[in-house]
Amino acid sequence: MNQPGYQPYFSVNLPGRQALSKVWRSLFLVTTAIAVVFLVILVGTLINQSVGYVAIETKTPIASLVSDGHSLEELDKAELVTLLQQNLTTGRYNTLNASEPMETRAKSDLVNLVYTEVLEPEVQETWLLTESIFHGNRIKAEAAELHPDALLQFKSWLNFNLLKTTQSSDPLASGIRTALLGSIWSILITILVAFPLGVGAALYLEEYARDTWVNRMIQTNINNLAGVPSIIYGMLGLAIFVRTLSVITSGAAFGLGSGGSENGRTLLSAGLTLALLVLPLIIINTQEAVKAVPDTLRQASYGLGATQWQTIWYHVLPNAMPGILTGTILAISRAIGETAPLVVVGAATYITFDPNNVFSRFTTLPIQIYQWSSRPQAVFQHIAAAAILVLLILLLSLNSFAIVLRNRYRK
Amino acid sequence: MDSPNNSENAIEVSGLNIYYDKFRAVKNVSIAIKQKKVTAFIGPSGCGKSTMLRSLNRMNELIPSCHTEGKVDFLGQDIYAPNVDPVEVRKRIGMVFQKPNPFPKSIYENVAWSARINGFKPGLGRPSMDEWVEICLRKAALWDEVKDKLHQSGLSISGGQQQRLCIARTIAVQPQIILMDEPASALDPIATLKIEELMRELADEYTIIVVTHNMQQAARASDYTAFFTMDEDRSGILVEYDKTEKLYTNPSDSKTEAYISGRFG
Amino acid sequence: MDLSKHSRPAEILIKAFLVFCGFFSILITVGIIYEVGSEALLFFSNPQVNLWKFFTGTVWQPQAQEFGILPLVNATFMTTLFAMMVALPLGLGVAMYLSEYATPRVRKVLKPVLEVLAGIPTVVYGYFALTFMTPLLRQIFGVDVVNIYNTASAGLVMGILILPLVASMCEDALSAVPQSLRDASYALGATKFETVVKIVLPAAISGIAAAVIVAFSRAVGETMIVAMAAGAGPNFTFNPFKSAETMTGHIVRISGGDLSYDSIDYNSLFAIAILLFLFTLTLNVISQRIVRKYRRKYE
Repeated sequence: MNQPGYQPYFSVNLPGRQALSKVWRSLFLVTTAIAVVFLVILVGTLINQSVGYVAIETKTPIASLVSDGHSLEELDKAELVTLLQQNLTTGRYNTLNASEPMETRAKSDLVNLVYTEVLEPEVQETWLLTESIFHGNRIKAEAAELHPDALLQFKSWLNFNLLKTTQSSDPLASGIRTALLGSIWSILITILVAFPLGVGAALYLEEYARDTWVNRMIQTNINNLAGVPSIIYGMLGLAIFVRTLSVITSGAAFGLGSGGSENGRTLLSAGLTLALLVLPLIIINTQEAVKAVPDTLRQASYGLGATQWQTIWYHVLPNAMPGILTGTILAISRAIGETAPLVVVGAATYITFDPNNVFSRFTTLPIQIYQWSSRPQAVFQHIAAAAILVLLILLLSLNSFAIVLRNRYRK
Repeated sequence: MDSPNNSENAIEVSGLNIYYDKFRAVKNVSIAIKQKKVTAFIGPSGCGKSTMLRSLNRMNELIPSCHTEGKVDFLGQDIYAPNVDPVEVRKRIGMVFQKPNPFPKSIYENVAWSARINGFKPGLGRPSMDEWVEICLRKAALWDEVKDKLHQSGLSISGGQQQRLCIARTIAVQPQIILMDEPASALDPIATLKIEELMRELADEYTIIVVTHNMQQAARASDYTAFFTMDEDRSGILVEYDKTEKLYTNPSDSKTEAYISGRFG
Repeated sequence: MDLSKHSRPAEILIKAFLVFCGFFSILITVGIIYEVGSEALLFFSNPQVNLWKFFTGTVWQPQAQEFGILPLVNATFMTTLFAMMVALPLGLGVAMYLSEYATPRVRKVLKPVLEVLAGIPTVVYGYFALTFMTPLLRQIFGVDVVNIYNTASAGLVMGILILPLVASMCEDALSAVPQSLRDASYALGATKFETVVKIVLPAAISGIAAAVIVAFSRAVGETMIVAMAAGAGPNFTFNPFKSAETMTGHIVRISGGDLSYDSIDYNSLFAIAILLFLFTLTLNVISQRIVRKYRRKYE
């Protein structure tokens, strides 16, 4: 639509302006694409690290146990037990027998025992998934040349053994069992402490607190606490739970704990520290959920002669519960992934036994990942990647559960 | 294109349908708006008159679910033709909204910005930017009230003044048509009166289309009035369109009569 | 009929518990200031520590009784700088795209992606820095130039970590700008770009400023990425490809080892921690002030 002369004061150059508009639009699109690409690369890196070729050499050649071309699986149970008796020291055999008698063990278990105890496999070299797929032949040639006695295996580091076994200096036998249990125990403590405290605080602020300077200060304080770096909570946990309250957190006061010594570096300290960390998040999320409950509901309840607590308990809480649970789950998944505060509180660097009470020494999944990642050997990077995948799957399923919950109850 | 003075109609709408998703908000409207007159759209709330107004400069496109069928000719050219740029349309058909919405910039900048983005060229034989801002503010009958505080925020003045600032800002682009969507509904009676007077004055230079649910306002300020209502599907339809005087004194449709005499709506 | 007041002990008990919960958060803050502060005070009152040297010294070597915090602060700001270089432009771009351009359907896909990015634990990002970013930097700039541990790699990955935070805060700020302003701009014949950049962005600027401040505070307090990828050992260097230890990284490394309580080393960690706390607290308070202000502006 050109009307020369009608708008004498203007020179519009619309095509130029529209072109500029398009350029910027694509720029914004590109930034968004970059964010997505990062996520893809991150997941790609993890998968790339957690599957691939491995060259494994056994200390005892397999040919010395079974005749050529046959495998351990072809032997029967009695033969496997004999193999174990012949090749292990009597002490080791008795230990294994004591933990579970050879007769009652499954055959696959016996095969495993022969494999790890007698053959003693050792990782010589590992390859990434991309290398394994695109340069398979080169890897085979390389392996044949550099590690002639080794067996080249296509291995997924993410497997059930990873979940079942404890950590070990042998990467092939290393697992996350202790760490996973430690994570679960500490999170349970966190939930038990932070959930009632957090919901209570939110109810106080939303339902009881008047607009006084004290309550405004509490609110501001909670908002500020949510932004405090997690490592500061670690320092707080170290000062209060590990040191000042060590009589309690070590279990010494109850005659429990490890060796009666007052060592506060326990699951209880870890769980409590994480509870302080997520408390502000739970409070803020719960407040949002409680705020969303319509006032008409409260008025209706009061109108029927209910007390304030009856109103909260029978009307406010049930209506806010999906929101509260969603917020809590999100806060808890934050706690599951936390590493720094627990390093400060004193997670154990090497621990192989399952926690049996809250006064146990502990490690958690993120800490295990941190320790494996810091190792120089490449093989531990693969295990770390597999452990990360376990952690991410755990968090993702928690989060999707929270989202399903939220969508289900949203009217 | 013809000089605008040759044709008497500023806008000719034919067979216009406007949908929000599946819901038809405006059904089969045809109307011809006269140039340099004030035309009022009246009708009960929800009858689609605002939707109708927003379709005249393609503001409705900013709502994703909204789509339009039919023809809207602006000085003989269909503004919904595929090669038409909505930005071009809006520059020539400005709009003033229900609630005053000055930008969070100074009074001066509110006016100057709109001129500037449209490539305002000050200089020989043309006003300077300062002069242009003054001209526009004068036309909007605001100059005397704000000339000493041009660099205060546009949000610092009263609601009525803000609305006149929004009108000044629209004039600064030199549009041919100004659409006004209930421009006085958020204002007090005195500010409302000022806006109405302003509309009359602006009609010397511009075509003005105003949506209002205040019938007195339509009677006082407009030359032509179009009455919209809802049909049984809750879609907006045009019932009657005529000179304001005629429509108010001698409506030809019984629904119009019922509405203006206050019996429904 | 008795309408007089009578006490309801259960209600009072419950209320007492809720009041306690409400005040508990104050206890946490007091705990941080008292516990961490008193250990820090022990450090500062130690005759071996000179306050002037603490803030200006460029050597941090507890074994040699050298406590100059500058190397740690310097490394912290180096990683933060890199993080901001990634997170601010990308985060703002993503926010602009999501709030102004994306169709509802695209937004529905992209928002969860950002939420996933935001939900990934920092230890995973640390691993990512070690196994992806560092090798990449070494490939680009040369193995001799880039150390295995370096602040650039940690900072860049930290930028990805903070990106979703910046994006979501900026998006909140942008969508708080009333639609009427956009309408006004379009009605004046502005293009989309002119509307977004010259009207919406300036109107949202305070919210964006708040996002920048929070991102900054988050980067300063971030721990695992720098502990894993930036390096172990305080090092006063401005070379982003050299290893250097940040304040948080130092706390994690030292406290993760065997540390005897009541030593000056132990106390020094609390001195670093209280500085970190005060610094991030100040930033957070400022950003909250800003957010409250812009919320009020458009309500």
